[in-house]
Amino acid sequence: MATYLLRRLGLAVITLWLLSMIVFFAGQVLPGDPGRAILGPLAAQSSVRVLDQQLGVDRPLVTQYWSWVSGLVHGNMGQSYEFRSPVEPFIHAALLNSVKLAALAFIVVVPLGILGGVIAALNVGRPIDRVISITGLSATTVSEVVSGVIIIVIFGVELKWFPVSASAGTGASDLSQLDHLILPAIPLVLVLFGYIARMARAGTIEALESDYARTATLKGLKRSVVIRRHILRNSLLPTITVIATQTGYLFGGLVIVETLFNYQGIGKLIYTAASGKDFPMLEAGVLTIGIVYMVATLIADVLYTLLNPRLRLGSTG
Amino acid sequence: MIGTPGAPVEAPREVTVAHAPRRAGSTPWRLLLRRPTFIAGAVILLFWITCALFGTAIAPHSPFAQQLLATNMRPSAAHWFGTDQLGRDVFSRVLVGSRSILEIAALATVLGTVLGTALGLVMGYLGGVVDLLVSRIVEAVLAVPLIILALLFVTALGSSVLVITLVVGFIFTPLIARTVRSAVLVESQLDYLSSARLLGENSARVMFVEILPNVMPAILVEFTVRLGYAIFTVVALSFLGLGIQPPTPDWGADITANYGVLPAGYWWETIFPALAIMSLIIGVNLVTDSIEQVLAS
Repeated sequence: MATYLLRRLGLAVITLWLLSMIVFFAGQVLPGDPGRAILGPLAAQSSVRVLDQQLGVDRPLVTQYWSWVSGLVHGNMGQSYEFRSPVEPFIHAALLNSVKLAALAFIVVVPLGILGGVIAALNVGRPIDRVISITGLSATTVSEVVSGVIIIVIFGVELKWFPVSASAGTGASDLSQLDHLILPAIPLVLVLFGYIARMARAGTIEALESDYARTATLKGLKRSVVIRRHILRNSLLPTITVIATQTGYLFGGLVIVETLFNYQGIGKLIYTAASGKDFPMLEAGVLTIGIVYMVATLIADVLYTLLNPRLRLGSTG
Repeated sequence: MIGTPGAPVEAPREVTVAHAPRRAGSTPWRLLLRRPTFIAGAVILLFWITCALFGTAIAPHSPFAQQLLATNMRPSAAHWFGTDQLGRDVFSRVLVGSRSILEIAALATVLGTVLGTALGLVMGYLGGVVDLLVSRIVEAVLAVPLIILALLFVTALGSSVLVITLVVGFIFTPLIARTVRSAVLVESQLDYLSSARLLGENSARVMFVEILPNVMPAILVEFTVRLGYAIFTVVALSFLGLGIQPPTPDWGADITANYGVLPAGYWWETIFPALAIMSLIIGVNLVTDSIEQVLAS
């Protein structure tokens, strides 16, 4: 168990290091001269050079990468070009907002997706299974741009049930904040529902066909007991992994949803940084999302190992 | 078959052998065409491809023509999908707007598939350092959602059709390579490869002449799946203002240009491009799903 976790952790660190190289390459090598980009084509070459020196981008690439990475390790993610101040407070506040929105989406979608998947599995081949599977698959493939717009039109503009903008304004109560988050959470729920339901359905079907389920039925247990005690425990294991993987992809959807609903989360932050060519902010945002994904998959792996009795036995015995 | 040894068994077996190659060529197509989901998906795709090719000729109005006295008009007989803030015909813009997205998504997917296939063959067949390195890069690329990575690179390189195509294609390359790699690994267990090797064929010939035709089905499925993702990504990029620039008609960019007036009740300016995106993605998915089903059966 311990060696397995160490190995997983080691791989995660290597992956993060590679990601940092990709991000550094995209954010600091590809754009060319940052001083020129900030000051514009009309600025004098001398002032561009002075700014480049201030930003530290006139140093050799290896030196730049090293100081950037060692800064990251010490929690210093760089200086925003736009605000001329450290990026961490911005990232921190935005991440907190995104987590609120993502948490709301997860609280809704995880039970809903598992329930849908289990119901579909218990009715394999019947119309209700087809309806759940096809609805899930269709919802998953529809871009958040599309579902977001349709949801705004139906619930925000025509029915006027919920506010269209996600930000409740400063000092708003928690309840009013929640009210503003309901519409933006729906596109995320739609995308995630299909994945979770499909995984829960597949896991449940596999458990239903297993020998232990047959034994439990044959020894006379009631169907509801078999399902609760034998099927669900086993069928939900793969679902945990999917939920963790989707946490990462959720942030891709957040860029669109937060822009569409004007919500100050990490997605909106990345979008704003990209439009303003604020590369340090952009790089920090992308890396943060990578770290969130790594941590989520790591937690999923640990949970999977802890909950799976076969793996537990295999490592101790 | 049991209990009937000798000549009666021999004859039908020969017949099957004689028919086998011909069947392998035509049956997948016939099986596909028998599926209503494939037909539905193909019709949707063909519709949008026609619009992309001949959109300006089909469209009832010019997608650029502004009528400043007829802005934000509700859908009517004259303007089926209404007009936008500049009085341009939304229906015409939706028809012509299919061009940019199909062009970029298709080219990017082709680029990613070609490069990814070559890389995957090398990874799967030769293994070694390339395999190890690319596998780790795939992990790193997967740690960040596609849209965000594309956003980063397109911002760095400056937005243009060429840049978006290249960026999406290059991001797809390691992902497709991984799929091809695992298909190649399955093949390399099979006897025909050891015989090819024993015959003294060189690696390049084994990879591209022996293995490639056999992993084609996996590549085809991967291509259609990636096409769906490419559409997703290109729509997202152009929605975020990094794709086609106005006034060129483009679904994502048109949604961005008009969603500001949604609260005022002008829903038709954003809903119709959104529905167009949805129909295209559904079309691709129906085709993908049918191909997967046929190949699995």
